[in-house]
Amino acid sequence: MPTSPDSVTHCPPEAGQARKRLAPSALNWLGVVPFFLFALLFLILPTATLMIGAFQDANGHFTLGNIAKLFDDSILSAYWISFEVSAASALGGSLIGLLLALAAIQGGLPAWIRPTLMTFSGVASNFAGIPLSFAFLSTLGRMGLVTVLLRNYADFDLYSTGFSILSFIGLTLTYLYFQIPLMVLIVTPAIDGLRAEWREACESLGGSSVAYWWHIALPILWPSILGSTLLLFANAFGAVATAYALTGSSLNIVPILLYAQIRGDVLHDQNLGYALALGMIVVTGLSNAGYIWLRSRAERGRE
Amino acid sequence: MAYLTINNLHKRFDDHVVVHDFNMSIEQGEFVTFLGPSGCGKTTVLRMIAGFETPTSGHIRVGGEDITHQSPQKRGIGMVFQSYALFPNMNVTQNIGFGLKMRKCDGAEIARKVAEVIKLVELSGKENHYPHELSGGQRQRVALARALVVEPRILLLDEPLSALDARIRKNLREQIRDIQRRLGLTTIFVTHDQEEALTMSDRIFVMNQGRVEQEGRAEMVYTEPATEFVARFMGNYNLLGAAETQRLLGLNINGHMAIRPESIHVLDAHSQQADTLAGTIRQHQLLGNIIRYQIESAGVTLQVDRLNRTASDLMPAGTEVRLQISRDDMREVR
Repeated sequence: MPTSPDSVTHCPPEAGQARKRLAPSALNWLGVVPFFLFALLFLILPTATLMIGAFQDANGHFTLGNIAKLFDDSILSAYWISFEVSAASALGGSLIGLLLALAAIQGGLPAWIRPTLMTFSGVASNFAGIPLSFAFLSTLGRMGLVTVLLRNYADFDLYSTGFSILSFIGLTLTYLYFQIPLMVLIVTPAIDGLRAEWREACESLGGSSVAYWWHIALPILWPSILGSTLLLFANAFGAVATAYALTGSSLNIVPILLYAQIRGDVLHDQNLGYALALGMIVVTGLSNAGYIWLRSRAERGRE
Repeated sequence: MAYLTINNLHKRFDDHVVVHDFNMSIEQGEFVTFLGPSGCGKTTVLRMIAGFETPTSGHIRVGGEDITHQSPQKRGIGMVFQSYALFPNMNVTQNIGFGLKMRKCDGAEIARKVAEVIKLVELSGKENHYPHELSGGQRQRVALARALVVEPRILLLDEPLSALDARIRKNLREQIRDIQRRLGLTTIFVTHDQEEALTMSDRIFVMNQGRVEQEGRAEMVYTEPATEFVARFMGNYNLLGAAETQRLLGLNINGHMAIRPESIHVLDAHSQQADTLAGTIRQHQLLGNIIRYQIESAGVTLQVDRLNRTASDLMPAGTEVRLQISRDDMREVR
């Protein structure tokens, strides 16, 4: 096709303008490169590796054997204990966290309570792993400070009740330390979203405080509470460092079993470890998906 | 005997007095408006009547019963909020029926009354819609229906139209007034919009800084402002100081002279009528059916409104005119 001299003349400036238009956009993308790089190297690639590895044997051949092994009694039992610990800490954390947030926001307490609670929650929700385990061992362990104080000054032997920090109860209690503040942080915006006019409208229509909570506030908060509980469940299900540092191998939960398969000397089976991890991803993924769906539902209802 | 009486009502938040010595009485079936700028205390008075705020002192009585310290649940007073305050987890039917449910009415009665009030506010077909699926005007009609269905002793409307666009606002205010008249419902309406107050009210209480500046029938408050504040707030009054009044009109006064822009007659420069003033048009503004002029006379700039009847009515800047102001249209204000 013949090209007119005009079009030839006009091309370079237009191309230059296009380059000018692209330049700022490219710079904007540059800002998020570290995030994508980080996500690629430490999330997407490892996830892809373990997903592939879950379907391979030690020689790299395709197999469903690793997935089949997930249904062995010992592994199912590990999933069940993990489920119980996660569910207990999620339910306990969400209930206590909700009550705490409600008290701080709507309880008519002094104004300084709320920012103090929020600051503490921000720190405590990230306090996990070895330091948290050490803190609980040194307070509620057999020779922990609180245990000794109770024995010496209140004549109460905590361990005579069957309590052990290395048990199901002990691990749940330890998880609650970060689950409760996490719930406070997540549910606070939802509680803030409860408008004072709803309560006033309820009152002017003859509704009591109980009626307000039962018919209005709780149904509005319900998707947020349920979603937050699912997030707490996923948070506990994926926690490994705290569990490992606290209980070692005394409690058969999935993260510890997984750790043993990948790093252990006796149980070493890397591909089974990948399959275990895949199972955890499925559980936490479903929980997170539930959380996102419920949160969007809660937001949609408030429009 | 008045249906609602308020005596010496005070409200103080810490050191800040929000309502100061508020007194009023309303007859049953009356439509009364609290009119004033933001922060004048009108909503606080309304909230004290509803029971959402406790007065620092004073008394509120309905039908002779002292309700000053009664809980909102027991007052039997309906409230429509500026932000609608519809329950987002309930559909239109459930929102409207909520008050009847709280009163332990049976299902059939709730269904019947809700259907009646839905028809009254013209929301038929929207029964199963949730608040987020409705327009602003529809939401406010649901809020109105919800307040009406429980047959309140008094209906309180807290700036219910201010979040709506002009056309819907106009329609809804006519609808509210119509329903109020049909039901004979004692109603208190809070607004900062003079036009709304004038078109809807039997009586207006103009409020400023926690006090009532003037109270009276709508037409009286507009034409006979008692204070400089009311004159300024109610319209585009020309407010002349003592010196300007002396210079322009040759009258000695202590306060201000208020003259409505539409009460000044613009005559031809060669008019031979007595008691007229010479003036020059400085500016004009076309406001649809009104032409607003800025006319200078004896060094005083007056705002004058004239009906825009034909294109030839518009007088350009620089035109010499004569102004006629009747003594009856001048009002000395504090």
